[in-house]
Amino acid sequence: MKKFAVVAAMATAFLGSTSAFAVDLEVTHWWTSAGEAAAIAEFAELFEEQTGNNWVDSALAGSGTGANPVIISRIIGGDPMGATQMNTGRDAEELIQAGLMRDLTPIVEEMGGLDFYVDQTLLEPCMYEGGIYCLPINIHSWDWLWLSTAAYEEIGQPVPTNWDEYVASWPALQEAGILPFGLATGWPISGVPGVLMSGIGGSDLVLAVNRDKDASAVRGPEFRKVAEALDSLRQVISPEMMVPSFGDVGNQILAGEAAGNIHGDWLAGDLQVAGGVAGEDYECLPALGLGDQLTGGGDSFYFPVLPEGTDPAVIQAQTDLAKILISPEGQLNFNLVKGSMPIRTDIDLSAANPCMQKAIGMLDNGLLPSGDFALSSDTQQQLQDLSIEFLDDDNITVDDYIERYASIIESAD
Amino acid sequence: MADTAVHTGEGAGQAARPSLLNRIFLHNLSGKIAAVPMMATVLIVFIGCTIWTIYFSFTNSRLLPTGSFVGLDQYERLFSTSRWNVSVTNLVTYGVFSLVFTLGFGFLLAVLMDQKIRFESAFRTIMLYPFALSFIVTGLVWQWIMNPTLGLQGTMRNLGWENFTFDWIANSRMVLFALLIAGLWQGVGFCMILMLAGLRGVDEEIWKAARVDGIPTWRTYISVVLPMMRGVLVTAVVLIGSGIVRLYDLVVALTNGGPGISSEVPAKYVYNYMFSGGNIGQGLAAATMMLLTVLIIMVPWAYLEFGGRGRR
Repeated sequence: MKKFAVVAAMATAFLGSTSAFAVDLEVTHWWTSAGEAAAIAEFAELFEEQTGNNWVDSALAGSGTGANPVIISRIIGGDPMGATQMNTGRDAEELIQAGLMRDLTPIVEEMGGLDFYVDQTLLEPCMYEGGIYCLPINIHSWDWLWLSTAAYEEIGQPVPTNWDEYVASWPALQEAGILPFGLATGWPISGVPGVLMSGIGGSDLVLAVNRDKDASAVRGPEFRKVAEALDSLRQVISPEMMVPSFGDVGNQILAGEAAGNIHGDWLAGDLQVAGGVAGEDYECLPALGLGDQLTGGGDSFYFPVLPEGTDPAVIQAQTDLAKILISPEGQLNFNLVKGSMPIRTDIDLSAANPCMQKAIGMLDNGLLPSGDFALSSDTQQQLQDLSIEFLDDDNITVDDYIERYASIIESAD
Repeated sequence: MADTAVHTGEGAGQAARPSLLNRIFLHNLSGKIAAVPMMATVLIVFIGCTIWTIYFSFTNSRLLPTGSFVGLDQYERLFSTSRWNVSVTNLVTYGVFSLVFTLGFGFLLAVLMDQKIRFESAFRTIMLYPFALSFIVTGLVWQWIMNPTLGLQGTMRNLGWENFTFDWIANSRMVLFALLIAGLWQGVGFCMILMLAGLRGVDEEIWKAARVDGIPTWRTYISVVLPMMRGVLVTAVVLIGSGIVRLYDLVVALTNGGPGISSEVPAKYVYNYMFSGGNIGQGLAAATMMLLTVLIIMVPWAYLEFGGRGRR
């Protein structure tokens, strides 16, 4: 169905735009869920309308763990695509250093700089030796607690307004046979410790751990609270109740089968597609309802250096796409569907849903560096392994968890 | 082709005394030319890449193989990582059970199939059919069957057996056996076919002799036929063994390493750290350890099998 929708959208776009000098620009991305596919189609449509070129859509399944390796292998292997999405962060760091990504500085200069970015730290991962090599196109944050209105109606309690109230409601939920915390198997758990860290541990802890890689902060009292929260969370999660994908958790929340979930704001896109209305069917609490800053990452577009002898029109198409991605129009159309925050706030966001409005308000306090953003993929992988293991194995105590987390941070780069 | 062969013949004939050089390079030249692509493949792809792998496992390379030499650091980290240690234990457990059961069931089924039953070819097709499916498909099918809420357990409970429990896939201690079930379902048929071919290769005269001597059928199978099938057994063990070592896709499709890390396997560790972790050094260190394990098992065996003159 999703594929069909994309193909249909593409086909409609093709019909109107094929001109005599049209070139193909292959764009890879891992936006395959319903909400995501609809969002990328917005860019495709704008690109084809404004440039008359063809957007060749190469959607790859498996996101950061499945698609990212394919994208990187293709670039390293000498078969680069015209443009690709990747997470804002350090995944492409070495590709940039190896000169495999196109330097976008001239385009940026032509546009008169990037001062319109709401938070300049977003651009840091794109900078290398004075050049700029990627363009962040949205801000995603993991820091959301999603709560099911239906579940709380059933137990006759008001929907919690912060993490502590939520934890207090678990016994009543379990008594009513409702899953306190819905969870999908695999990577979705990897973001949860970071969210608990910024919500419960506070901004200073996030900066100390993620930015400064300070292992003593991990061993400190603030992080202990985070580890204890994760410990209490694992008491209410059982592998039997896990669902295959995060979209399924969204459905559980809408149906009232699960009371809550910590997941990134891209879940909002899926909730929207499934017919959920923010504030009615589900509630969203940024930073667990405790903090006033969000950890931010998001997606960026990279434009690989194309092999010698490539049609200059294709390179021009890259340039055009780069401009469209961060144009006010592109930003608005894309982010409203994607459920992410735009990288510029000089656009009219009154159409955004209540969750996004809350997040936009918090952007003024500045973004905190998320794990994606500040830690190498190697370190992220180790932390993910640790969280997955901790969640399942009750023999690993909170102390063990803290010690192992600290030793990973000690060797982090 | 014929032309070349004739020329080669002349060349060999003209030389008065065939020198060592001639014997190495010119004797059966067309055969040697034909073998060049394969030899190049072996040298460059197999041996070359193996050396490359081992070399870079001693470096601190991250996304690209450009790191500097760091000695055994990657290996130290590897063996202090609980995920790797769990992976190795899992593979050993899975391997032992898989080898024993695949051979056991395969042989048993082959013997049953050998009883001159009706519709043998139909049964053979049914038994071999799972082998035609990839591990990914096998894994997905069994994932649904074994899913506690949606699969067999859920169905049985809905039918009234409230206490029916089959939640191996969600149980850290049993998940390896869930993998084993899917693996056996896929692999036993192929082993059976191999064994059946071996059984059919046994001379009918042997059976007659055994019958004349009054040896029970089961005894003939175990003591006479099985030892005669040595070649087939070796083939089966090698095939099953290589399947075990590279176990990856079944795990990805069936459990994705879960619950927790309780069904992780070494190949998955290699993949995760090389690609999503962007740490080639670590991934290659793990790959080298896998190679070493295979060599430790294979070298003594190969030595016994092919080394001693006059055996066989």
